Amino acid sequence: MSIFTGWGDRARGLFADNKGPWGSSGGGDGEEPPAPGSPGPWREPPKRSRRPGLPGGGNVASFDEFLKRSRAKFGGDGGGGLPSQPKGSVIAWGVLAFVLVALLFTTWHRIAPEERGVVTRFGRYNHTLAPGVGITLPWPVDRVSKVDVENIREIPIGSGQEETLMLTRDQNIIDIAYQVRWRIREPEQYLFALAEPDETIREVAESAMRAVIANVSLQGAMGNQRGEIEARVAEEMQSTLDQYRSGVQVQGISLRQADPPAAVNDAFKEVTAAQQEAQRYVNDSNAYALQLGQKAQGDATAFDKVYEQYKLAPEVTRRRMYYETMERVLQRVDKTIVEAPGVNSYLPLNELRRSAPKEPSQ
Amino acid sequence: MIDFVRRSPILVGAIALILLVSMFSSVMIIPETKQAIIVQLGKPNRVLNGYEPGHKIGTRGAGINYRIPFIESVVWLDKRVRAVDMERQQVLSTDQRRLEVDAFARYRIVQPTQMYISARSEERLEAALRPILGSQLRNELGKRSFASLLSPEREGAMGSIRSGLNRVARQYGVEVIDVRIKKADLPEGTPLDSAFAQMRSARQQEARSIRAEGAKRAQIIRAQADAEAAKTYAAAFGKDPQFYDFYRAMQSYETTFVGDGNGKSSPTNVILSPQNDYLREFTGRTR
Repeated sequence: MSIFTGWGDRARGLFADNKGPWGSSGGGDGEEPPAPGSPGPWREPPKRSRRPGLPGGGNVASFDEFLKRSRAKFGGDGGGGLPSQPKGSVIAWGVLAFVLVALLFTTWHRIAPEERGVVTRFGRYNHTLAPGVGITLPWPVDRVSKVDVENIREIPIGSGQEETLMLTRDQNIIDIAYQVRWRIREPEQYLFALAEPDETIREVAESAMRAVIANVSLQGAMGNQRGEIEARVAEEMQSTLDQYRSGVQVQGISLRQADPPAAVNDAFKEVTAAQQEAQRYVNDSNAYALQLGQKAQGDATAFDKVYEQYKLAPEVTRRRMYYETMERVLQRVDKTIVEAPGVNSYLPLNELRRSAPKEPSQ
Repeated sequence: MIDFVRRSPILVGAIALILLVSMFSSVMIIPETKQAIIVQLGKPNRVLNGYEPGHKIGTRGAGINYRIPFIESVVWLDKRVRAVDMERQQVLSTDQRRLEVDAFARYRIVQPTQMYISARSEERLEAALRPILGSQLRNELGKRSFASLLSPEREGAMGSIRSGLNRVARQYGVEVIDVRIKKADLPEGTPLDSAFAQMRSARQQEARSIRAEGAKRAQIIRAQADAEAAKTYAAAFGKDPQFYDFYRAMQSYETTFVGDGNGKSSPTNVILSPQNDYLREFTGRTR
């Protein structure tokens, strides 16, 4: 409670009067004696001891009741040491109530777990409130700016209809869309160091991305170097923002899109098509090779098997194979046997010719 | 005292008002983000909460300060890092190619009095710095070839732009922290179109070479398969060429005259002479 100066003590005194969260016993020592001759409710404190009827745990919610009771008291006994003007005292109590509420609202600050409260005392940075309930001097003295330090903010760059074209090292053009994720690392620096923090972060990101893209090739940017690009942009951004002492932490960059511009997209698709076509050639050949290899092995094995048997009885096997083959051949074909030499047989050429054209169709 | 107040309330009120006004105008609250120049009858007298390198926030400067009412007035200047955004500039490289460059500079007011005397406000300062930034950029980048223009950071061009700009900025009591190129694009029209055309032809060339490469690989695979098959055949059939001749002839007859089993055989007329080896026994002759 050492942060309380005279103002705080007065506030505490007022709260004590109200049976506020500090209770009635806490503020007794810091009580300022009422200014002599000033009329109004500030004369009230000495009367406190005469009001034991108030519930001990009385809080602000029962404020109405409290007011009513005090009003009744003021109006009732009339001789409470106050100028007996019931109307004036109601106004005074109203003002007091307003001031109390205002003080309550401006001295207590609930800082959410993800927030920090930057306290400035008369404009000068004083300290930073950690999560929980922070108590500061009331409004005109201390002001609290709550800053969310956990929330990861996102700046999307280069999305939507418009293309974000960038030149790569090999003087090609690439259309890039990415997202910058950042958060506030040091709230007091964030609040006081940059005139336009969001705009600055955006511009720094654009500049870093351009610098990095200008150092990679088109293929790299579109494909295998994306991770590296993201890391390098984040690093570059961080060092620039640190140079500004901005208190900003760059969490990461994610490249959402790194494509050739629409104007040349067809040509890029053609490359893909060519790759697929080339792959198809190779696949076809592989299939052919497999087929041919299998067939050769099959043929060779078949020959080997027959040859083994043939070697055991060459002549018989040979004749057997010959007759079997001839049998199969000749039983399917029209046969003409010309018996005697010198007989001029009639060759049915017409028939032969008739059947000939059918051949290709079969 | 109270009697006096009762007697002339207007006079007392007027005095109280004057006292109040002068009290309020003698106290001023300087936020952390501002530097205040106290101007005494038009002459800058002192600086409150001025920028100092390495100064830690909240240690001194900002907060409640005092001035003499009615004689001293306050001029506020930003203490934070501010930006000068430049309009797009066309830069011509040494190899006569154009590039449109978009850059920004970040600066900080380090000598507020100087800045106040020479430029008065941030807006006027920025208006003065903007063309200088543009010309520095053109001069520095114009010395380079197009290829090195794409990444001027690599050759320290940004550093010399910054120091060039700083030479001017110092006269205004301002320090330029950083100069960066935000965008470097080809100008719309012919340069952009020809870049696209170049990209397109490069892709077409790539596509063609990919196809050719694929065809080459396919051909090699086929040839290797053929060779492999020939080797297998030779290894098997080479054992007995004569038997192979017979064996293959039998297969061939069957395929030619009978078909390969699934296809229908063509109607073939075979005219046999009785001297044919197949009909040798047909004639009933003995050997």
